[in-house]
Order: sequence, then C-alpha cells, then structure tokens
Amino acid sequence: MRGWMGKTKVFFVFTLLALFLAGCGIENLTALEPKGYGAEKSMDLIILTTLIMTGVFVVVMVIYVITLVRFRRKKGQEDYVPKQVEGNHKLEVIWTVIPIILVLVIAVPTVLATFDLADDSKADELINVNVKGNQYWWHFEYAGEEIQTSQDLYIPTGERVYLHMLSSDVIHSFWVPSISGKMDVNAENVNTMYIEAYDEGVYWGKCAELCGPSHSLMDFKVIAVSPEEYDEWVNDMQNVDADAEPENAVAQEGQELFEANNCMNCHATDSAASGIEAGPQNNGPFGPNLTNFGDRSRVAGILEHNKENLVDWIMDPESIKPGNKMTGQYPDLSQDEAESIAEYLLQLQPSEITPESAGD
Amino acid sequence: MGMTSAQKRGFGATLWDWLTTVDHKKIGILYLAGGGFFFLLGGLEAVIIRIQLISPENNFISAGLYNEMITMHGTTMIFLAAMPILLGLMNFIMPLQIGARDVAFPFLNSLGFWLFLFGGVLLNLSWFTGAPDAGWTNYAPLSIQSPGHGVDFYIMGLQLSGAGTLMGGINFIVTIVLMRAPGMTYMRMPLFTWTTFVASILILFAFPALTVGLFLMMFDRMFGSAFFDAALGGNAVIWQHLFWIFGHPEVYILILPVFGVFSEVFPTFAKKRLFGYTAMVFATFLIAFLGFMVWAHHMFTVGLGPVANSIFAVATMAIAVPTGIKIFNWLFTLWGGSIKINSAMLWSLAFIPSFTIGGMTGVMLASAVADYQYHDSYFVIGHFHYVIVGGTVFGILAGLHYWWPKMFGKYLHEGLGQISFWTFFVGFHLTFFIQHFLGLMGMPRRYWVFLENQGLDTGNLISSIGAFFMSFGVIVFLINIIYTTIKGKKAPRDAWGSGRTLEWTISSPPVHYNYKQLPLVRGLDPLWIEKMEGNKKMTPAEPVDEIHMPNGSILPLIMTIGFTIASYGFIYQTGNKYWLIAVYAGMAIALISMLTRSLKDDHGHHISKEELERVGD
Repeated sequence: MRGWMGKTKVFFVFTLLALFLAGCGIENLTALEPKGYGAEKSMDLIILTTLIMTGVFVVVMVIYVITLVRFRRKKGQEDYVPKQVEGNHKLEVIWTVIPIILVLVIAVPTVLATFDLADDSKADELINVNVKGNQYWWHFEYAGEEIQTSQDLYIPTGERVYLHMLSSDVIHSFWVPSISGKMDVNAENVNTMYIEAYDEGVYWGKCAELCGPSHSLMDFKVIAVSPEEYDEWVNDMQNVDADAEPENAVAQEGQELFEANNCMNCHATDSAASGIEAGPQNNGPFGPNLTNFGDRSRVAGILEHNKENLVDWIMDPESIKPGNKMTGQYPDLSQDEAESIAEYLLQLQPSEITPESAGD
Repeated sequence: MGMTSAQKRGFGATLWDWLTTVDHKKIGILYLAGGGFFFLLGGLEAVIIRIQLISPENNFISAGLYNEMITMHGTTMIFLAAMPILLGLMNFIMPLQIGARDVAFPFLNSLGFWLFLFGGVLLNLSWFTGAPDAGWTNYAPLSIQSPGHGVDFYIMGLQLSGAGTLMGGINFIVTIVLMRAPGMTYMRMPLFTWTTFVASILILFAFPALTVGLFLMMFDRMFGSAFFDAALGGNAVIWQHLFWIFGHPEVYILILPVFGVFSEVFPTFAKKRLFGYTAMVFATFLIAFLGFMVWAHHMFTVGLGPVANSIFAVATMAIAVPTGIKIFNWLFTLWGGSIKINSAMLWSLAFIPSFTIGGMTGVMLASAVADYQYHDSYFVIGHFHYVIVGGTVFGILAGLHYWWPKMFGKYLHEGLGQISFWTFFVGFHLTFFIQHFLGLMGMPRRYWVFLENQGLDTGNLISSIGAFFMSFGVIVFLINIIYTTIKGKKAPRDAWGSGRTLEWTISSPPVHYNYKQLPLVRGLDPLWIEKMEGNKKMTPAEPVDEIHMPNGSILPLIMTIGFTIASYGFIYQTGNKYWLIAVYAGMAIALISMLTRSLKDDHGHHISKEELERVGD
C-alpha cells in the first residue's frame, strides 16, 4: 500500500512538472490568459465545467481505487463466489439525479453566454469591419470609413468591434484565442461576431478551419491600441496620398517595378479602394492591400518583418506558403529588382500608429 | 474437426474456402484481419504526423502530403480499422451469444465484408496518384476544389465500404430479432448482443445520410452539379449537416459495442453479475437516441445562431447522464466482486479513468461558448482520442484478449499482453493529455507546422514521444499474436473458468455449425445459472437432428470486384470518357452476379445426424 502511494506521488509530481514546463502558452496567443470579452466568457465556462467535471472524476476515481484495493482476488479465494447483486434502486436514482443537476448548473450559464456573444443589436452604433478570408490571408475593410487593410486588424481597446465575415474561396475560421473564441468564415453567408480587447497589445490570430496546404501559415494579428491612437490611425489611413513619390531612389525604382510587373492587378496601395460587399460573389481584392505595408507586424503573416524575408517572399512565395495564389502571377524578378520592390513597400508607412504603439 | 481437415487440404483449397466462406466466424476473422491491417496503416500515418510535429517548423513531410496524411489517418482509423474490427467481433461472438448457428443472411454477410475490404483497398490505392487531402470530414468547398482524384477515391471508397457496413447492420438486427435460442428473451440477452443490436440500428439510420452526402459530392465533382457550390446557388454547410447527421451517431457506433465488451469482461473477472442490467440496456438506447439529436455540436462555430447552439448544447450535455449511469454500474459490478486482473481486465480497467476523462471533456465541449475556444483546436483532438482510443481501442483490445481463446482456441500470452498494455497505456496518456493544453494555448488542429516561440514546443515533443510508446505497444501485441499462433496454450470451452454466457458452452474454437443442439436458456447469464446449479452442461432445447447450413459462394467476391472496377471507372471518366467502359463492364459483372444469385437455387447443405453423433459436441 505504501509503495503504491509513493508511485502515485512520483507520477503526480511528473505530471505537474510537465504542465509547468509547458506553461500556459505565450501571452497574447493562449486562451488561458484571456484579454478580451469573448475569451473571458469562454474562460469562465471552461473553469466552471472543469471544476464540476474534476469533481465527478474524483468521485469516480475514489470508488475505482477503493474497489480495486478491497475486492481484488486474493490467494485462496479462487473458488469464492461473491453475492450476485442485481442492482440498487437508491444508488441508481442518485447517480441519475445528481448528474442531471450538474448538467443544469452548466447549461444555464452556457445558454446565457451563447446569447450574450451573439448580441448584435448595437452593431450600428459601433465599429464595423468587413472581414474577408482568402487562401491564405485576411482582408479587413472598415465599413463607412473607406479604409482597407490586410493581415493586421487595428481596433481600439475597450470597445466592441463587429466583424462581418465572408470567405472568397473555402471555409476559414477567425480565431484570436486571447481575445475571443472562433467563428467560421463561410463562402455563402456573412457571419457576424464581435471582439473587444481590454488591453493594448498585438494579439495572434490563427485560421482554425482546414483551408489547404498553407492552412497552418494563415496567421494574422489584431492590434489593439488606445481609442485616441485608433482615431489617429483612422485619420492617417483616410489621408494617404496614393500618388506620393518615395523619397529615396531605390524605393522610387521599386515603385516603378511594382507598377511594371502587374503587382497592381492584385495589390492596392490605396486604402480607400472600393469596398467588399456581403454575398457569395467574389468581388474582393485578389491580394492583400499594401497601404500600410511598412508597418506590418509580419511578412506574409508569419515571417519576421524585415527586408530579407520580404525579398525571399517576392522571389519565391511558394517556398514559404505552399499553394498560395501569388506564385506565378508575375514575371520572374532578379534579386536586385526584388530588393527595390521591398525597399518601396517597406517605406509605405502612412501612420505613426504601428504595432509598436500597441507595445509589440 | 475444422483444424485438422484444414491442415490436410492444400493451400489452394484453403484459400478458396476463405474466399467463398459464408460462416459468420470466418467472416469475423476476415474482418479482424482486414481491420487490423488498416489499423497498422492508420497507425503508421499517425506516427508520420507526430514526427512532423516533433519540433517547430519541421520539414519532415510537405504541406500537401501532410494534409493527405491526416485525411487518410482519420478516414482509415474510423471507417477501415475501428468499425470493421468491431464488426468482426460482433460477427464472431454475437451469434454464439444468442445460441444461433449463423447470421440471418450469410451471403449478405460475406458481401458486406468484401465491400468493406475492396472499399478500403480502393481508398488506399489513391496513395499512388495523390490521396484525399480535405480532412476525414471532407468539408466542401475545400473538397470540391481539391485538385486531382484524391477526393474521388474518398467518395467511391467510402461509398463501397459504407454499403458493406449497412448490410452488416441490417443482418445483425434481423439475426438478433429472429434467431435467438429458445428461452433467450430480449431481457436475457448479454449486453454485448444488446449493444450490437443498438449499434446496428444506428448504422441503419446513420449511414444513409453519409450515402446521400457522398452521392451529392460525387455529382458535384464528377458530373458538374453544384449542390455545395455557393457561387452557383449551392450551400456548402449542407455537407456539414449531412456529414455530422451520420458522423455523430458514428461515434456511438464505435463506442456502444465496446460498452458491451466491458459489460462482459467485468462480470466474468469479478465473478459477479452485471450491476443494473436493465438500466444498462435502457441507457444504451437513450445514448443511441440522443446520439441523433446532437450533430450540430460539431458546428457551433458555423454561425447557426444562438438558438440552435443552445439547443444542441443542452442536448449534448444530456448524454452525460446515461453515460454516467453506465460508468457507475460498471464500478458497482466490480464492487464486492472477486476481481482477477489479467490483460483483458487491464484494458477494461484502464478504460474507466481514460474514458471518464474523454466524457468530462465531452461535457466541457458541449458548453457552446467554451467550445468557441476548443473547436478545431488540439483540445478536440485530445478529447476524441480519449474517447476513441481510450474507449474503442481499449475495448477492442479487451475484447480480443477476452475472446481470443474462443476464436482461436489459444490464450494470448499474458506477459506479452501486460507489456503491450503498459507501454500503450502510458504512451496514450503522454500523447493525448497534453494536447488539451496545446489546443487552449493556441494550436489549431490540422496544422502542418507550428511556429517557433509560440510556447508549443514542449507539449508537441511530449505528445510525439508518447506516440512512440504506443507504437511499441502495438508491435508487442503483434508479436503476441504470432507467438500465440505458434506456441499458445490451448483453451477449454469455458476458457476463463468463470464464463457466464452461451459462447463459453461450446468448444474453442467452435465447430462450424456452433451448436450441435440449440441450448435452452433459463435466464440472464445462462451458463452461470447452470454452473451454480451444479450442471456440467447446458440443457438442450432440441434432440440431435440434421442441421441445415448455408453453402459458401464466390459470388459476393465477384460482385464486389465488379463494383470496384465500376468505381475506378467513375473516378477516371472525368478526364477520359473511355473509362466509362470500366463503369459499364464493372456494373455488368456485378449485375450478372446478382442475377446468378437470384436465379440459381441454392438450398445449402445438411449435416447428418450420424456425422453429428460421430463428432460429439
């Protein structure tokens, strides 16, 4: 008995150690450290259900262990025939009724939270963003603001932002674990959800529905800044001068190459380009909007934001995101040409408000 | 009789015997062998997945191949491994448990097996030209847009094997309703027979939804229809509904039969009758019924709205109640018993905590708002592996250890059995427990790579190490099978000495007509009743007389080959219309076989009274 208890203790310590090593994940990605309204609601229910279920598990395990210790066949008992018990009404009623009560305890807050998170009655008065999911990038259009951007979604802290989501190809799923649970992005109907971030920060977003080879590389960011900074950002984005000439010569050459190599067919550098509409038709842009590309948090959503990675991407996107739709859409470029284009893109910085403003 | 005469026959005759057999026991073994083969294949795919995820941004396999790997792993394990192995156990054991000499439709039984096998082979042939890559759930529009023929193989392979499963289900229902031995009333049926019955009902109602979905998908991909194409007015969400109206009951098709297995193993090794038999039967029905009411809990994030989400959330939580009843009934079956622990029992005992964890996370997932975080993350992967491995696979292994002496006349080696149990058990928890946390830490499922510096490295490493432990356990089990076949200890009729049900009253392995005389059943656990009254054997319900048995037939195999050729034709006619020749030729073969079957009288054969008396029982 003592030896057995000792083994359990060792096992327990190992389990705890493993959990400790794994931690709770990294900040602004993990759902275990909620930093927004939806994530908090989910976390409340996760904690409630975990506690109740752990209680059930403990009861089961106590009976289980006692049974195995007490009723194991011992030497000399080979011929012993235990009493053949048919059942026990009282016990059976107990283990039917108690679970029903526990289920009700979970069901009520679940239903309340489900309706709470689906509430879009005040959407008209708040910020609305049309989200379009594409293989393998995200497009954001701020309704009524004439602002378009891609990959980095800027929102003010402490405010609900309504997302109206539609896919241009297959099903995607919009998930920013630290701020909110996920919702699918379908091709046939607009799904609406809201997010609200409590603190400033750059939050990791993931695509959570299998959407092709680069499903695991379809990351994006939600950049939560203070309401004042957000207003400033909106103002800056609305006043982008699309025809502005870059200051340095390399970037100017890059701009010319950008125009000469069909990049403009898919990529706008003007934030106020025509909006996307709800509905099954695919009228969205074919490539990410690059208006504030210089301020992006990542290249292609996943790589560190520097010139080297950007050049790699321009030279051979297939090696970075297999199955992407940019490969083969433009003439082959030399290293120099790609560097010039990168130089041009990286100086597209219309706003002072950047991921750094959110503390990244 | 069977063994010695088989040895005297040549290889050709033995092969012919297995190809034409309609004996439920041989078909059961064929199912086990076929399902076992696909289990190894699916396991290999799982190991490849875990090697790819052993470290961040790994490049062991490419993104496209990874998606093929996860799709084939899931599809293989569910349709080609777990379900056929269960059908194998049901096929072999259920007729013995009700005191029948075969199933109601032996010919159909054989056809069902060959359809499953060729469906599985067809699906796996896709590896040579590009396997399906849209996940085992095959969601449109990704599956519609998937290039190549991978998804076409998925459609035709599952259509074939699904038809086989449906036949099996119908066959079992009719067998149980019509062929119980004298005295075996419904409420005297062993629990494994009950769960076979209920799982068969689930098959009967669930598989048509899959069949319809696959047909629509087939028309979309091969004949230009647009059921799932939003741009042409179709709706891809309909696929999800059809798939899960099938898919959720499918989960219960996988778990209910092993509930039956545990309900046999616990009483045998605790020497105590099943606690709350009636409650167990009704809980099984309740689970099956509720199983059809909850499919949309797989779709909480699809955007069905708060009303649908709430209804399906509460309905899902309700399933916890009958499942809880079962867990407590098993515990109280053991309570007060005389518990003997061997490998069959180890797998069953390990099931209780493992499956309880799976059930706990199941209730947690049912809470729709919490599910917004869990959904499509590694939390879900952890959950359903706890249910399917900790439930179905543990149950299958318990059943195999328990009934192996009955099926093959030899005991599996106990020491090897314990080694494979402990390594697999530890590996299983290492692999899947941590995945719950990985999911909440922000790792979505079906991710070819996870990025560096996202706090996911340690968890994935632990998970991959666990997979190697599990592989080791499976290899030891295989060695055990080989060892047992060569040198295993012979088993008597009542192999465990404390058997309670009818299968333990006949020889191990049983003769091909099972019972020389059908037994008279005087209550639940008929063998136990006779033993307690000091009787050495069952009271026969009939005098020794001629036994009528069905003849073997090669037609099911030929029919299946015809359907398989036609399926190949369907897959490739999209590119080249000459392949329609294969469609017509294959269909002609199948239809001519059917016609032959219909027009040719086959009255079976009779085993004479003299022969029966010569053989003994």
